Amino acid sequence: MSATGIGAAVRRKEDFRFITGKGQYVDDVVRPGETRAVFVRSPHARAKIKSIDVSAARKMPGVIDVLTGADLANDKIGGLICGWMIHSKDGTPMKMAPHPALAATTVNHVGDAVAVVIAATVAQGKDAAEKVKVDYEVLAAVVDPAKAKSGPQIHEIAAKNTIYEWSLGDSKATDTAFANAKHVTKLDIVNNRLAPNAMEPRAALAEYDSGTDQLTLWNTTQNPHVARLVISAFVGIAPEHKLRVIAPDVGGGFGSKIFIYPEEVVCLWASRKVRRPVKWTSDRSEAFVTDAHGRDHVTHAELALDANGKILALRAHTIANLGAYMSTFSSSVPTYLYATLLSGQYDIPQIYCEVDAVYTNTVPVDAYRGAGRPEATFVVERLVEVAARELGLDPAELRKRNFVKSFPHQTPVIMAYDAGDYGASLKKAMELADVKGFSKRKREAARHGKLRGLGYSTYIEACGIAPSQAVGSLGAGVGLWESAEVRVNPTGSVEVLTGTHAHGQGHETTFAQLVSERLGIPFDSVSIVHGDTDKVQFGMGTYGSRSGAVGMSAIVKALDKVEAKAKKVAGFMMEAAEGDIEFKDGKFTVKGTDKSVGWGDVALNAYIAHKFTGAELEPGLKETSFYDPTNFTFPAGCHIAEVEIDIETGKTEIVNWTAVDDFGTVINPMIVEGQVHGGIAQGVGQAMLEGVVYDKEGQLVTGSMMDYTMPRAHDLPSFKVETTETRAPSNPLGIKGCGEAGAIAAPAAVINAITDAIGTEQIAMPATANAVWAALSRATPRAAA
Amino acid sequence: MPSVSMTVNGKPVTGDVEARTLLVQFLRENLRLTGTHVGCDTSQCGACVVHIDGIAAKSCTTLALQCEGAKITTIEGLAEPNGPLHPMQEAFREHHGLQCGYCTPGMIMAALDIVRRKGNDLDEHTIREQLDGNLCRCTGYHNIVKAIAAGAKAMAKGGAPAQAAE
Repeated sequence: MSATGIGAAVRRKEDFRFITGKGQYVDDVVRPGETRAVFVRSPHARAKIKSIDVSAARKMPGVIDVLTGADLANDKIGGLICGWMIHSKDGTPMKMAPHPALAATTVNHVGDAVAVVIAATVAQGKDAAEKVKVDYEVLAAVVDPAKAKSGPQIHEIAAKNTIYEWSLGDSKATDTAFANAKHVTKLDIVNNRLAPNAMEPRAALAEYDSGTDQLTLWNTTQNPHVARLVISAFVGIAPEHKLRVIAPDVGGGFGSKIFIYPEEVVCLWASRKVRRPVKWTSDRSEAFVTDAHGRDHVTHAELALDANGKILALRAHTIANLGAYMSTFSSSVPTYLYATLLSGQYDIPQIYCEVDAVYTNTVPVDAYRGAGRPEATFVVERLVEVAARELGLDPAELRKRNFVKSFPHQTPVIMAYDAGDYGASLKKAMELADVKGFSKRKREAARHGKLRGLGYSTYIEACGIAPSQAVGSLGAGVGLWESAEVRVNPTGSVEVLTGTHAHGQGHETTFAQLVSERLGIPFDSVSIVHGDTDKVQFGMGTYGSRSGAVGMSAIVKALDKVEAKAKKVAGFMMEAAEGDIEFKDGKFTVKGTDKSVGWGDVALNAYIAHKFTGAELEPGLKETSFYDPTNFTFPAGCHIAEVEIDIETGKTEIVNWTAVDDFGTVINPMIVEGQVHGGIAQGVGQAMLEGVVYDKEGQLVTGSMMDYTMPRAHDLPSFKVETTETRAPSNPLGIKGCGEAGAIAAPAAVINAITDAIGTEQIAMPATANAVWAALSRATPRAAA
Repeated sequence: MPSVSMTVNGKPVTGDVEARTLLVQFLRENLRLTGTHVGCDTSQCGACVVHIDGIAAKSCTTLALQCEGAKITTIEGLAEPNGPLHPMQEAFREHHGLQCGYCTPGMIMAALDIVRRKGNDLDEHTIREQLDGNLCRCTGYHNIVKAIAAGAKAMAKGGAPAQAAE
């Protein structure tokens, strides 16, 4: 392994600009003549818009224009769409309601935009927005997803507020397995609703060039090409070739910046109307009522086991709250990203899952770090843990008895696991966590009036999303391949253009490690270019831990082609047959001779083209590829949480955290560990601190960072993070992906630890001090073992 | 509009601002020093932390006019142009204390204030408690804590002050 090659903890290329304040986020970009957009938003969860009067606002200082939903409709700007078709059990398509970027007739959640003020400054825009008079007829709102079917109908298209009633698996066979089971464990689970809260609020800056009829959008997006495609093909703002989308530095995404939102559409439309650049930067308060939320499942789940603790079947019924409108990928999250993972790491013969997706008068819900897989893991890992407790079995032992041990393994819910060693990660985690010493630590804690608990989470996820044909058959509106272009310059330096996008993941570093190793050129001679539809040919963006497994595989394919062509050039240079040329460590040699030429010479010769004719070989050295994976990848591992609870206050401290993950090949262990740390923090946040709360009227109670508890440094411990490795067979590098693992594994580990300590399973997330204290008052703590 | 004068990163600056203009707006919009970020609107996240007369402050809850005559240091002023990085900046890079980079300037400025108040030998518990005013959504804080401990030590070795000299 070289100092900068695959497997090295190379320090990041991108850091210098960030630690010196030179990052370029969307709000940092300023265009000449720039104006600011300020949105007028509904204060009601559900209301009819009787009238909007913008006349007073128009007269305010600095105001350039005030636009409403009626103006948008007049200009025939289309609505936003959900790009993944799900069919109900009865074969009917999902009920996708219209989602205009500015509401014209009804508002459906607090924060739904009804008008926009375009002003010289944000302050002037805010002053004017207060003068927009909207006459609302307030209607009864639907807030609780569990009661949505019986609430007033929100959208004409969706009777009983039901988007789809979907199922996966064999209902009859599952019921039969349950009927024959020795033991059945039952749980009611709420997977709490979360606000993603990337630290950089969303932003959009649109500029119209009337000379060329060209629109440019600087946008906080994880997938600029997908944004361009949707805004062009469905919203109809401009033809694809007349719209450029740039995603510069983006300050975290976690899913929330995948989606196409009303604000970027309105900025584009308004910039063409006012003939000046229009910028919108979200306030954090606006983010809470506009960024798509995550999770929000209400589930009843059951696990059937035989007398030996062998799992026979699992069944679940889930109500998934999709909010007021169907966000871009919302339909796929509680279906194909959720129920397909209900087999966990276990050999479960029968699984059946029903999912009812409903509308409510809340912010749209879509993918948030893990997207469906954390919800599945929570169901499976809670069931398994509780089953072990009910059967009097060691939870690790019950898991081991049921692990999938041979591969490939076809689950009853679509997925074909291709590689893994679940026993190895559990074993390593148990050693690192010193599970053997736990009972001693528990007794010690008890002497100090504290309760100790230990919780496992042996999770699996499906990443590297995904084979296009497979996702197409499941309803995806797009293919999920990735593209790459490798441009070798005449001086031998290399630019790689990738269709993925980094917003904290460090692709500029890891991708360069691959190229540097493969071509034998210095790490500093490689730049990675992403986030601009005018530069990168196309790409599907970054989510679902796909950039390594799919994005880097595309780079490998392009590098293969570059090497093949470079060998031809070298052959002409050394007057040898192409087949006799060997390439290693940046040097081309002729087999069996001492002839050699360096990478730089070959690059130059490819461009000057003096040694071959155009008929023999095209000049230049630049290759592209589109890589479509052959399977999902299946990262998996074991996280063990150890908590200590103060009996008097319910305050829970995480005293140890051990993570052993199998991500396949690791390119940069430093970056991978960082991804795991961040994921765990978000998972712990979900389990102990975070939760979006709406009141009965649909008002958001947790509408700022003063009310919504984000994990802080003192809420978390340092983590023990290690890996095991089985290569992913479905891509050339063997990468499985690491971006979501922590957030997927952590919630179950925390709740399993807390319930282990307090002796009752009756605790909901977030398990705040108050909730733990209340649960303790109802429970008898488990005795020290 | 009233006028305000202050020293920013060692340079005297003057600007006309509305009375309601926040220091962070003055820095970002008037001076185009965009390294200082805004991550919330309730003074919770600390992405906007700068030093006012050597003491860390949230520039999103400080009016520009309050800073008349003050010496302000932002992330852009920590290292001399073309000079070496400040040891705390270097420590964040070395220990992978950042991912998306958005909270980073505020974290580094807050870290220097922890060193000013608590010295160069910082234990994990102290750092975690003292970071209460800064949010990061990417790193889980693990590597930020390591970076601050290492940066504080390096500052003692190199004699770098917690307040940039100007």
